Amino acid sequence: MSVAAPVETITVKVDGVALAVPKTMPDPMTGKPIPTTMIQACALAKVDVPHYCYHPKLPVAGNCRMCLVEFGTPALGPDRKPIMNPDGTPKVAKSPRPAIACATPISPGMEIYTSTPGAKQMREAVLEFLLVNHPLDCPICDQAGECKLQEYSVEYGQSRSGFIEEKVHKPKRVDLGPRIVLDAERCILCTRCIRFTRDIANDDALGIINRGSYSELTRYPGKRFDNNYTLNTVDICPVGALTSKDFRFQMRVWFLKETRSVCTSCATNCSIVIGSREEQVLRYEPRENDAVNACWMCDYGRLNYKWINREDRLQTVRPRTWTAALKEISDLLGKAAPGSVAIVASARQTNEELWLLSTLAQKFNALTDSVPRSGEGDRLLLNADRNPNSTGARLVGIAPPVLGSNLPKIADAIESGRVKTLIVFGEDVTKHGIRVDKLETLIVSDILPNATTAAAHYLLPGCAHAEKRGTFTNIKGRVQKFMKAVEPKGDARPEWEFLHELVYNVTGQNGYVTIEGLFNQMAKEVPAFEGMTWAGLADTGAQARI
Amino acid sequence: MPQEHRLILKNVDRPGYTASLESYGDYAVLKKALATGPKTLADGKTMKGPEQIREEVKLSGLRGRGGAGFSCGLKWSFVDRKSGKPIYLICNADESEPGTFKDKQIIYKDPHQLIEGMAIACYANDVHLAYIYIRGEFVEGARILNRALAEARRKNFLGKNILGSGYDLEIHVHRGAGAYICGEETGLIESLEGKRGYPRIKPPYFPAVLGLYMCPTIVNNVETLCAVKHIVDMGGAEFAKLGTPNNTGTRIVCISGHVRKPGYYEIQVGKVTIRELIFDPSFGNGLNEGRSLKAVIPGGSSAKVFKAGEKVKVKDRELDMLDLPYDFDSIMAAGSMSGSGAIIVMDDSTDIVEALANVAEFYAHESCGQCTPCREGSLWMSKALQRMTHGDGRKGDADYLLHIADNIPGGRTICAFGEACSWPVQSFVGKFKDEFVARAAGGAGPTKEMKIAASPES
Repeated sequence: MSVAAPVETITVKVDGVALAVPKTMPDPMTGKPIPTTMIQACALAKVDVPHYCYHPKLPVAGNCRMCLVEFGTPALGPDRKPIMNPDGTPKVAKSPRPAIACATPISPGMEIYTSTPGAKQMREAVLEFLLVNHPLDCPICDQAGECKLQEYSVEYGQSRSGFIEEKVHKPKRVDLGPRIVLDAERCILCTRCIRFTRDIANDDALGIINRGSYSELTRYPGKRFDNNYTLNTVDICPVGALTSKDFRFQMRVWFLKETRSVCTSCATNCSIVIGSREEQVLRYEPRENDAVNACWMCDYGRLNYKWINREDRLQTVRPRTWTAALKEISDLLGKAAPGSVAIVASARQTNEELWLLSTLAQKFNALTDSVPRSGEGDRLLLNADRNPNSTGARLVGIAPPVLGSNLPKIADAIESGRVKTLIVFGEDVTKHGIRVDKLETLIVSDILPNATTAAAHYLLPGCAHAEKRGTFTNIKGRVQKFMKAVEPKGDARPEWEFLHELVYNVTGQNGYVTIEGLFNQMAKEVPAFEGMTWAGLADTGAQARI
Repeated sequence: MPQEHRLILKNVDRPGYTASLESYGDYAVLKKALATGPKTLADGKTMKGPEQIREEVKLSGLRGRGGAGFSCGLKWSFVDRKSGKPIYLICNADESEPGTFKDKQIIYKDPHQLIEGMAIACYANDVHLAYIYIRGEFVEGARILNRALAEARRKNFLGKNILGSGYDLEIHVHRGAGAYICGEETGLIESLEGKRGYPRIKPPYFPAVLGLYMCPTIVNNVETLCAVKHIVDMGGAEFAKLGTPNNTGTRIVCISGHVRKPGYYEIQVGKVTIRELIFDPSFGNGLNEGRSLKAVIPGGSSAKVFKAGEKVKVKDRELDMLDLPYDFDSIMAAGSMSGSGAIIVMDDSTDIVEALANVAEFYAHESCGQCTPCREGSLWMSKALQRMTHGDGRKGDADYLLHIADNIPGGRTICAFGEACSWPVQSFVGKFKDEFVARAAGGAGPTKEMKIAASPES
């Protein structure tokens, strides 16, 4: 690994394989360096230590005892000097007691044994304990298929238990808040949700009541579990105790197609996975990306996907066909005089689409802008800028530094008749003081119907991000790509495809036939994206110069 | 003739002696401690008063009286004195181990001895704020302590500039809410901080480094802190002459169960055998007429039981468990522990299965529920035993119980409660297996007397 800053390392052995690991790792909460733990060393050694309560982004709790391992340290003689084996290697004394890998710091010469009979036996026992009071209702549990209790039981557990007593019964279908349902019997009391909401979401809303086996997760009396990050607890719940009201009973998870994508609900651009089935988007889940959202996303963004499946999506080209419409538009634009065309793009469009539009704009010296969209932000992930790509719109030059500041100029130019043709993407300009009835030609591409689409002379149905590929640039300049999860509705086509055709027809520019080629071309021409390639964006993106 | 040696209990139960400062008198030993001047050592370095006291405690060989028997001097030496953070001292007065009622005598009958011991320990460790964490059930004890603290404050034995020495100390009483686990030092600290009494994981939260409010903290038992007073009074070397090597001083033994004279007795550690403690007229004074001994729990209900007639091996010497000197090391060598100094005696009228069911139910009720093996295992064992005492024993139940109990202790849990709940099961079932097996034979039916307080809910 080529890490820039050399860090002090400690050599340890994980299951017999020696490796040097950093002496410290950042604290998940404060970022300060703290001693590297066994589980981190094992992860670096690519050895999986099963665990429930441990989560790399949360404070350590150490309560599930699933990550118990055996270990040894160099034996010291009475003179505090290492005792040597006959072959000259230091003698390692195996500790009589095991240790939890999640909380035990490594030390020089330590040997960690994750797969000894002793370690396996401890895991087996922990799993048996976890299952004695578990309802074993996998056939009706939403977590089935992505349940750590199931997975570890198969991998490390026994096939049977001697338990014959009555199980402990606890509340079922507990309404914790507007988006979360708890089944307290399924809960294994790992406290991940408690730590998340207290330490990450800053809302100390959950806790445990009662003692021993009767311990029960609950919300504080009289308080709903209702912050904008509650659904993350469903993700990190290793079992089916916390379920999402939105997703529960909708689909068996093994039927879901998973697609890497990006959330479009604000300028943060949280990395997500779209779960879809038979061309229907069924859920968003956050995808780990330390440069953007760690492992989290907000509830608002997560649940803002239903418009993709809406019945009234625009599906028909107007007039007639794509071929006819694009030909007519190309001819029209080809004859248009400089200054007679204006473009209102949308900061919900991709970098590539916005760049193609700015290429068109240059041809006519067109007035351009896009529409700002804002709401209340928070200190965690939700940004006040509710457009996913305001940064991209600025970087490619389609939007001025202050989004929307050109809109009055465009309105005036239309009013005065200087602008005769308006190209609108994804916005209802009638809400922004623009009188579309004054135009000779209104060319509109959108996803859902509105007053502007109704008035359009040419209507080009576009795609949701889930139906195409492309990139966004977030508020901090992180450029991320997203993949296609579902097919476009009806005749709808990805905007970059038909925009590319228009640009070729109008300006003669070409050189790419794929999204990869288009992105790479843009990266060559837009200084902020210099050096980037589609492939180089990989899963977590790259940093633009902003 | 074995005798009591009353050092800490010297004034307890003395006719006319009350919990007041008037009875106790001035804090003479505290004065002595505060007046300890710097000493020049052979190598020319000087050692300040507090450090000298710490050395005396090390020299005394004092071992913690709470249950683990860990060296007090060593515990104090682990305290991080360079962190720049305040050092706290907590007196663990959560006395909860079934069979134990020694600290209660001190708190109720001689509270000033504890406060003086604490003040000296605090001075020795540069502590300016200390707490007494007292179990919730000791309502009157908390009142008595608060009254005593007020008296001590009035006399400037506490507060600012104590007796003109320039040393400040404040002590507060904090009542628990009725949880055994808050006697575990890190559970106690969490509780004192106002949270659930969940023991902390160690590493990293060793109290000596990251204790109360993440500051270095000393947690000592009531009796231990009283012993500190006597160590400073008589000198560490003199204290070490009491008792036996590595088991120095006196300790209070609580004898309960089927003896004619149950009670608390202070002995020189290791100078009296278990047999003497049970049968000698100075102590338990034997069993009831016509009864024979069946079992002894030597150190509170979590200690492993000894079976009557059991032969144990200590230092290559085989002896009857009754002939074990009552100290830390011998009883540990014999496979159990002297724990909190509570001897529970069971005669042949005892139904051993029911006795274990009772113990197991206590631990199932008191498990904090934080970590998996203890949370699930403690109730599982209790339910199985409940079933057996209710006449539904099965053939394999003894092994079934051992299977559960073997999967809890040995570092698998966050705190020693894992041991506390599984050792009784391991030892009762291991040593009286025939009685557990007999439960299953031909439907033994429920026990004659249903003595168990409450049944676990299902």
